[in-house]
Amino acid sequence: MTTLAIDGLNVTFSTEDGPLHALKNVSFDVPENRIVGIVGESGCGKSTLINAILGLLADNGSIDSGSILFQGRDDLTKLGPAQMRDLRGPKISTVFQDPMGALNPVISVGQQMINIQYRSDISKQEKAQRAVDMLELVRIPDARAALARYPHQFSGGMKQRIAIAMALMMEPALLIADEPTTALDATLEVTTIELLKDLQQQIGCSVLFISHHLGVIAELCDDVVVMYAGEVVERGTVRQIFNDPRHPYTARLLECDPARQSERTRSLPTIPGEIPDLRARPRGCIFANRCHRVHDACAAPPPDHDVGDGHVARCFVANVPETVEATA
Amino acid sequence: MSDDPILTVRDVQVSFPVGGLRKRDAILGVAGVSFDVRRGETFALVGESGSGKTTLARAVNGLQAISNGEITFEGQRIDGLDRKSMKPVRKRMSMMFQDPVGSLSPRMTVGDLVTEPFRIHGIEGRNLRDEAARLLSLVGLPTDFVSRFPHQLSGGQARRVGVARAIALDPALIIADEPTAGLDVSVQGEVLNLLNDLRERLGLAMMIITHNLHVVHHVADRTAVMYLGRFVEAGDTEEVFGAPRHPYTAALLSANPEPDPDKTHDRITLPAEVPSLLARPPGCEFHTRCPWAQPACSAKAPTPTQEGTRAVACHFPLEPGARPPTQSESAA
Amino acid sequence: MAELWRPIRKILREPLGALGLFLVVLVIFGAIFADLLTSFDPTRINPRDRFQGPSAAHLMGTDQLGRDLFARVLHGGRIALFVALVSTAASLVIGIVLGLIAGYGPRWLDNLMILLFDAMKSFPTVMLALALVTIMGPSLTAVMVVVILVTVPGYARIIRTQTIALKNSEYVTAAQSMGANPARILRVHILPNVIGPLVILASMDIPVVIGIEAGMSFLGLGVRPPTPSWGSMLNDGFTSIRDTAWIAIAGGIPIILTTLGFTFLGETLRDVFDPRLKGR
Repeated sequence: MTTLAIDGLNVTFSTEDGPLHALKNVSFDVPENRIVGIVGESGCGKSTLINAILGLLADNGSIDSGSILFQGRDDLTKLGPAQMRDLRGPKISTVFQDPMGALNPVISVGQQMINIQYRSDISKQEKAQRAVDMLELVRIPDARAALARYPHQFSGGMKQRIAIAMALMMEPALLIADEPTTALDATLEVTTIELLKDLQQQIGCSVLFISHHLGVIAELCDDVVVMYAGEVVERGTVRQIFNDPRHPYTARLLECDPARQSERTRSLPTIPGEIPDLRARPRGCIFANRCHRVHDACAAPPPDHDVGDGHVARCFVANVPETVEATA
Repeated sequence: MSDDPILTVRDVQVSFPVGGLRKRDAILGVAGVSFDVRRGETFALVGESGSGKTTLARAVNGLQAISNGEITFEGQRIDGLDRKSMKPVRKRMSMMFQDPVGSLSPRMTVGDLVTEPFRIHGIEGRNLRDEAARLLSLVGLPTDFVSRFPHQLSGGQARRVGVARAIALDPALIIADEPTAGLDVSVQGEVLNLLNDLRERLGLAMMIITHNLHVVHHVADRTAVMYLGRFVEAGDTEEVFGAPRHPYTAALLSANPEPDPDKTHDRITLPAEVPSLLARPPGCEFHTRCPWAQPACSAKAPTPTQEGTRAVACHFPLEPGARPPTQSESAA
Repeated sequence: MAELWRPIRKILREPLGALGLFLVVLVIFGAIFADLLTSFDPTRINPRDRFQGPSAAHLMGTDQLGRDLFARVLHGGRIALFVALVSTAASLVIGIVLGLIAGYGPRWLDNLMILLFDAMKSFPTVMLALALVTIMGPSLTAVMVVVILVTVPGYARIIRTQTIALKNSEYVTAAQSMGANPARILRVHILPNVIGPLVILASMDIPVVIGIEAGMSFLGLGVRPPTPSWGSMLNDGFTSIRDTAWIAIAGGIPIILTTLGFTFLGETLRDVFDPRLKGR
């Protein structure tokens, strides 16, 4: 069973300068017990996608078409606000870049962790014990004493781990992690992603992990979805995407990461050009104006090209890897 | 590049008062740092949050008073100068700040922003509109950007405007605090290439402050690694990256997730959290997290020792390729 | 031109905003073209025509001295708008300067100025007005001084708070690192970013100022007779309400319409341009 199946999702915002097509035909699955990473740069529609899944689109945004099927049953685009509230928390939980978004600064950590178990029938002692267990799981030293402390008494890395503990407390089916390690230092970042991976395996949930950090995605995720200007331009397993990218944008993006250049160079690769104005989407390929493999056909909308084993790229030349083209 | 230093920093300390009533308490944000920046070179300061790298940069730029030490720029002592005496120095040394958009005054046009240094320093006899066009073309922005406002710029474009402003008065040194912060990967390279290109064309020296080691590797000639306000290791970038001698440098380098799913991670994980500046550990301040720590490390602070071009502050510098001892080994 | 139209279109989209704009324009129009709209002199006494009801000659009737009420309403509008605009503008300028100094200056100066602002604010308006009139005598100037003293502390505090918030922003630090002096930083980098919300709040204070002017004139502490003022007309109407209600109505209606007009317009301005201020 797939935890989350997004199919043909289109989201539009009405703005003063006309409608803005923020997500266009977005389709991908988050299979059970897998970590799916979403990679994309600013303006790619990551935040809109998360808000659409959580039913928290801004007032001027609307889902025009498509479905978001959760656990094969509920279409999240059709649920009412009350039903969405029931799902958010126990079934779908979230971790954000700033852990203070999840932690109330004036309530002790223990009280907050007991409060989120309000649906559970167990006694208060048992709830407190569960909170201790969770804190130990995320490696907070002296977990029992930590219950009485307030969020500001923890370091940034610990706060994020507590936020993760709280998000996973009710053993949700889906964890949405939006840039949870971006604000952390490198040494804390790697411990946090290792922790996230461990916990995911223990709890057996699916994770939708959003990051612009390619290294983190490569290390943590099973599957990867590459977004550009509100479209899924490529999706596949982490090896398919990183070892054999088929969309020119993915290929260029990977090249740009200075970590990919093991040889010291004074001239780093870039992707010239800007993301197009989403109020005036081109009819054809959204990446055409920056693509080095652009040709006449790109003026028409490109198909979602399946190059095998669930590896899909929205590109006319997806079946010709760049290395082959270069040598030909 | 020559060996003639443009900037000399000696034993610089920056202290901040803490506590409301007992004002005598102070923490050391920068705890005694010495280094040189040579003409035409790129010098990188690397460290994690709280390491004091930004405070040090601000001290060099005179935005932060120092409590001890000396800063000499182009042969002149600049620490402790008042605003008026510092003003001529500011023509020769410019600084770029972290937030590409947030460091631009929001109600000023790009044209006004890039020519602001001319107005501040009352430089007459130049047509400011021509200057704006010249600066924008130097940083690769179309000249019609002069009438745009910061909120109409992308992060990369805003960063270019910041670069244009930093080079407006032909400085000898640019201090860049996290020049790639907040930028997309595909734009980071553009900005770094631009800085590199300008450094070569205009013969600038650059001091880059960053936590991104991959960036440092490609742009910096020399690198210093900071931990709790001190240098733990400094030297030629290639040497430091090729064979780190300080355990903290080694841990930082190994902590960088790389975009390769098949890479096996032979990581040096650091136990424990970064100590608070209020309670600095005795001896070597890194010993609480160091996998190689020995009893001697908590007893006595190491003094930086110079080996060739490199300085390391460690009692037991690492041999190339050293692996952390396992639990049983370190217990023995 | 399009730059100017855009905010006006936004205001007109809100029903209350459109009504407010209409009323404000009406009052301003009446005040500017008072001499064209009526041929009567608002101060000319004509005892033979006293206490007349509305007629073709006297659109709103006449008062106890036979003066044309329509002419007095229009010219009273001039006084009301003059006081409101001049004293609000003066308060803005003084409040901004004091707020910038308090916010950007040294800590001790800030503390001293805050103490001063709070002391001024804690003074009841009526007592302040009485005290000032005792010293200066009733006059238009006294009204304006009262308005300025009452509004400046609030304006200065708003500017001070925002200045403190911006003082450590990166673009201000960047200006310092370029060598800009404090005057330039305040003028070029801080002022343009703090002035917007204050102007909106000040526009919402205009009806309050009109109320203060009318109130003081009603009590005989403001504009001296025979100068027409809505407040003194209200007082005239009040004393002769047994003879005719028209005088009180002629003085009261413009006060109500003008304050409503400015209030609606101010609130719409706030909602459209700075929704963060909502609820203040």
